[in-house]
Amino acid sequence: MNTEKQLFTISVYTENNIGLLNRISAIFQRRHINIESLNISPSEIVGVAKFTIVVNMAEESVKKIIGQIEKQVEVIKAYYHDQDEIIYQISGLFKIKSELLFEERQIQNIIKESNARIVTVNKEFFVLEKSGKKEEIVTLYNKLSVFGIMQYTRSGLIAVTKEEMKISALLETYNN
Amino acid sequence: METQTIKSKQNTTKTTERISGSEAIVRCLIEEGVKILYGYPGGAIMPVYDELYKYQDKIHHVLTRHEQGATHSAQGYARISGEVGVAMATSGPGATNLITGIADAQIDSTPMVCITGQVFSHLLGSDAFQETDIVGISTPVTKWNCQVAKAADIPEAMAKAFYIARSGRPGPVLVDITKDAQMEMFDFSYEKCTKIRSYVPVPKTDFSSVEAAAKLINAAKKPLVVWGQGVILSKAEEAFKAVIEKAGIPSAWTILGASAIPTKHPLNVGMVGMHGNYAPNVLTNECDVLIAIGMRFDDRVTGKLDEYATQAKVIHFEIDPAEVDKNVKTDVAVLGDAKASLEAILPLINKNSHTDWHQKFKDLYAIEYEKVIKDDIHPTKEGLTMGEVLNQINIYSKGDAAIVSDVGQHQMIACRYAEFNKTKSNITSGGLGTMGFGLPAAIGAKMAAPDREVVSISGDGGYQMTIQELGTIFQQKAAVKVVVLNNDFLGMVRQWQQLFFDKRYASTEMVNPNFVAIAEGYYIKARKVTKREDLAEAVKEMMESKEAYFLEVCVEKEGNVFPMIPTGASVSDIRLA
Ligand SMILES: Cc1ncc(C[n+]2csc(CCOP(=O)(O)OP(=O)(O)O)c2C)c(N)n1
Repeated sequence: MNTEKQLFTISVYTENNIGLLNRISAIFQRRHINIESLNISPSEIVGVAKFTIVVNMAEESVKKIIGQIEKQVEVIKAYYHDQDEIIYQISGLFKIKSELLFEERQIQNIIKESNARIVTVNKEFFVLEKSGKKEEIVTLYNKLSVFGIMQYTRSGLIAVTKEEMKISALLETYNN
Repeated sequence: METQTIKSKQNTTKTTERISGSEAIVRCLIEEGVKILYGYPGGAIMPVYDELYKYQDKIHHVLTRHEQGATHSAQGYARISGEVGVAMATSGPGATNLITGIADAQIDSTPMVCITGQVFSHLLGSDAFQETDIVGISTPVTKWNCQVAKAADIPEAMAKAFYIARSGRPGPVLVDITKDAQMEMFDFSYEKCTKIRSYVPVPKTDFSSVEAAAKLINAAKKPLVVWGQGVILSKAEEAFKAVIEKAGIPSAWTILGASAIPTKHPLNVGMVGMHGNYAPNVLTNECDVLIAIGMRFDDRVTGKLDEYATQAKVIHFEIDPAEVDKNVKTDVAVLGDAKASLEAILPLINKNSHTDWHQKFKDLYAIEYEKVIKDDIHPTKEGLTMGEVLNQINIYSKGDAAIVSDVGQHQMIACRYAEFNKTKSNITSGGLGTMGFGLPAAIGAKMAAPDREVVSISGDGGYQMTIQELGTIFQQKAAVKVVVLNNDFLGMVRQWQQLFFDKRYASTEMVNPNFVAIAEGYYIKARKVTKREDLAEAVKEMMESKEAYFLEVCVEKEGNVFPMIPTGASVSDIRLA
């Protein structure tokens, strides 16, 4: 098995209970693993939450982590995938002075080329939103930062897998 | 008390009664068969204590002298009975005092339910008096925990708590209940929990893995079994014995596996690990098939991992999938309950005796006996040894006592030399190595098995960590036999200082009080032995006592426990001196 570190995306399906985030993050903390990104949201199944966790680690260690996560009473199932097995998006928000939009031609070109979307404009600032791969958002950041960015933030990675995860079927077997 | 009948979801008729949350807590305990609980009162749990007063005839509450004592007593109770131990405390300091015992139960897979009171829910998060985030604090050391802030949620939380604590790989759970939830009135009804959607307590056993394991065992020339507490927890003792007897496999135990089969069983080749026996440690690196049953390859067992049984094919019988390949890579993992798996494999394995292979264990035992054991249990030099005290206890217990040990040199000596005829007789803190565990755990063990002789063995250090529980012994009339092996040192640490820190005995020498006077202060019969010629008689007197008895034995100050695998060394590099 590969012992080199690489990015893995971990998907965890759980009951939607208070305190579970604590339990799951503690598993990483104990092993000194930095979580690169974390997103928690409802899943396709009512009442079931989905954690999407990105970590940089060796596959052997990921497997052990998955075991520890699945051991938690309220975890339904955990999977890990490498970057080729998922379709993912990250979203970035950029707040920029409004005057730049009119005075700096270059900015309008950057917006067009990057397929970013203007979320809102007012007298003082406008807000750009860009979804895509992390690199695309970073590129946009680099281009805009030349002009000055008032605020910048990026979401955690959200992902769906190319393969089916069969959580509903699994829950079906639990119900019987 | 109003009684009414309502239709529940399943259309079965359920009877509800209007009672308070605190009464509900007590009723839930009764429903779960709890007869004894250990605890300590305080503001945020007082409504429950008030109810316990009312239900005294059904549940016996044991007032320990410290909440840590309550958890350790609950653990002792659980370990000897196989039932869930229950501990209760108030919020804040009461709750945090439970943590050591909870952590201990977690790593040793002991079923325990802890109930803590919490401040009023409108005060949560406000740093109110005696508020602490016990759910947050206990999260890493519990199998499950939750906070209840509404009376109506109490029955379900309690039912889940007991189910989770006792099912699958057992462990401690904590239910934190706000004071308003305790005082609120609601319609109580109780349903035991039998499953939780996301929780698979026992993984399905794949029969092909059983077959693969049988094939490896049948082909083995030099098989070795290492069993752990899993055998005891799954009540697999009989099936286990049948398997090893049929296949004729020498079998060694981890510290928590001790007593699953009798010490004198011909296939029992002793303890593995840091202070284990010479033969099974050395031969771990010679066996061709290593069969691990209900054990988790703790680092105290394996020593240096990359030199551990690398020549062997490894079979792992295990209930917790996260343990498979965690430390040692297995060739065949048999997931599931040990009892069921062992029963399934029994018909598939061939009869064998492995006579030559057994001889190797005997030869190495002879070496260990000459170099270590003889001088430990039949010493001729001056100074009493811990081993000879154990030997005397064996003589008078005839192997029928439960031995509860604390942590240190005496623990290793107790586990190495105590003789066991019955399962669930070795109660000790294995994974956490908690000093202070022994005395309160012995109280719980004695209360769970009042007909059994329970002997607690502590060092002078650990004993003073929970010495106040003598008060519990006295108040409860728990007829525990308390032995302190006094070397005036934190012996195990001193041994390491001697061997690895140039004899620099930094803060390990203890100036001890008059232990006999302290025991007598608690109205417990007490005696001190300093000379070999008094030992046998004193042990006899203790074992024949119908009541609690305290025996201090002053042993040699600088005795060491051997064999020993230094940390980081391979199991086959075990030192005899
Ligand atoms: C709560 C706790 N603190 C510290 C330790 C570290 N420790 C392990 S053994 C030991 C010495 C034990 O001394 P004593 O109780 O006198 O027993 P002895 O080794 O002399 O038999 C210590 C301090 C521990 N295991 N638990």
